Amino acid sequence: MSEMRFEAPKTLQAAVALLAAANGRARILAGGTDLVIQMRSGRVEPELLVDIKGIPEMNAIALDNGAYRFGAAVGCMDLIEHAGLAKAWPGVIDGVKLIGSIQVKARASVGGNLCNASPAADSVPALIAAAAVASIIGPKGRREVPVENIPTGPGKTSLAPGEIVVSILLPRRPPHSGDAYVRFTPRTEMDIAVVGAGVNLTLDGGGTCVQARVCLGAVAERALLVPECAAALVGTKVDAAALERLAAAASAACRPIDDKRGTREFRIKVAGVMVRRAAELALQRARGN
Amino acid sequence: MTKHRVSATVNGDAVEFLCETQQTLLDVLRDELKFTGTKEGCGTGDCGACSVTVDGRLMCSCLMLGVEAEGKSIQTIEGMASGDSLHPLQQKFLEHAALQCGICTPGMLIAARSLLERKPDPTEEEVRYWLAGNLCRCTGYHKIVEAVLDAAREMRGA
Repeated sequence: MSEMRFEAPKTLQAAVALLAAANGRARILAGGTDLVIQMRSGRVEPELLVDIKGIPEMNAIALDNGAYRFGAAVGCMDLIEHAGLAKAWPGVIDGVKLIGSIQVKARASVGGNLCNASPAADSVPALIAAAAVASIIGPKGRREVPVENIPTGPGKTSLAPGEIVVSILLPRRPPHSGDAYVRFTPRTEMDIAVVGAGVNLTLDGGGTCVQARVCLGAVAERALLVPECAAALVGTKVDAAALERLAAAASAACRPIDDKRGTREFRIKVAGVMVRRAAELALQRARGN
Repeated sequence: MTKHRVSATVNGDAVEFLCETQQTLLDVLRDELKFTGTKEGCGTGDCGACSVTVDGRLMCSCLMLGVEAEGKSIQTIEGMASGDSLHPLQQKFLEHAALQCGICTPGMLIAARSLLERKPDPTEEEVRYWLAGNLCRCTGYHKIVEAVLDAAREMRGA
């Protein structure tokens, strides 16, 4: 077995240079909760690991004019325990809290959850519903990409070779906004979503929904932003009829696999149930602020 | 093969070790430093048997590389008792018979201590959620949860 090198650069420029020089034989190490297992099982055999946790920008949480930006390598527990971010984006935190055990969340990062590109990743539907934007750096410079354009299929992303997700921006929220993420799993903890649903909505002063984004997880090859679900909510008071249309739109958007964790038919049905529960929780939170 | 030279502390004592990139912190603790109290269960971060704290954070040592431990402060089960006196959690695990085969016990104790450091008065539900990442195939968990709650009471002086 050839020697595996390890580098822990302190700047983004140094990390980009290391990845470029490795010509596709390097892997980025953040929390390692996916990568270390893949290495030990022999699924990946990188020549170089680039540990990006020492790069300040990738490990910071900052509030700028109402918008939160957090580094892609920030540990899930650090996000969960960040009182300001947790209050502003409770739905994002719903998703982050469901990523594995306390032990796993101490290491795992949201950037890693995104780039590992599991269709069942719990933080991703909530980020997409939140209209989160990823800041990416690579050999050709910097670009900003909506999170929904990053995962393209199981284990696949739209990132070009050598690109790094540096940070994720959660935009400034209008008043009366709320978000939520819920999932179905046979167990309450330590499980993989059979269906996940993230809803983010904004009400006007009279309680009418003026803006909504809805994203489903684990019902397609990647997390699905569903405009038809948003359309079912906008202009309504998120009443029973609107929730009924929301559920139907969610079920109609699903194109799930059929496996031992959930049949196709079950996932399609449960997507409607989950999205309705997420909307009800998001509504309750929106009314509270 | 060039090895990495890493300096860290384990249970407050300075340690230095050499490791290869792919060696996990668990490999290093057990095989290089001979802290064999930390157990390997699944090796994939699912069972919690290898739980340690690193800079105060509870984590699975099988999911972290040894080379990442540079400058870190690691706590293992070997640092839990003070000399001959057991930590209250250890004592309560004995009193409640909260172990059978014992493989999960070091991880359970480290995880439970980490909970009680943050939350000295947890509910039963909070204990069960916090320990969800620690699997036990013998006890059915009830005695473990009872022991943690009893230790919490004693540590609070209640």
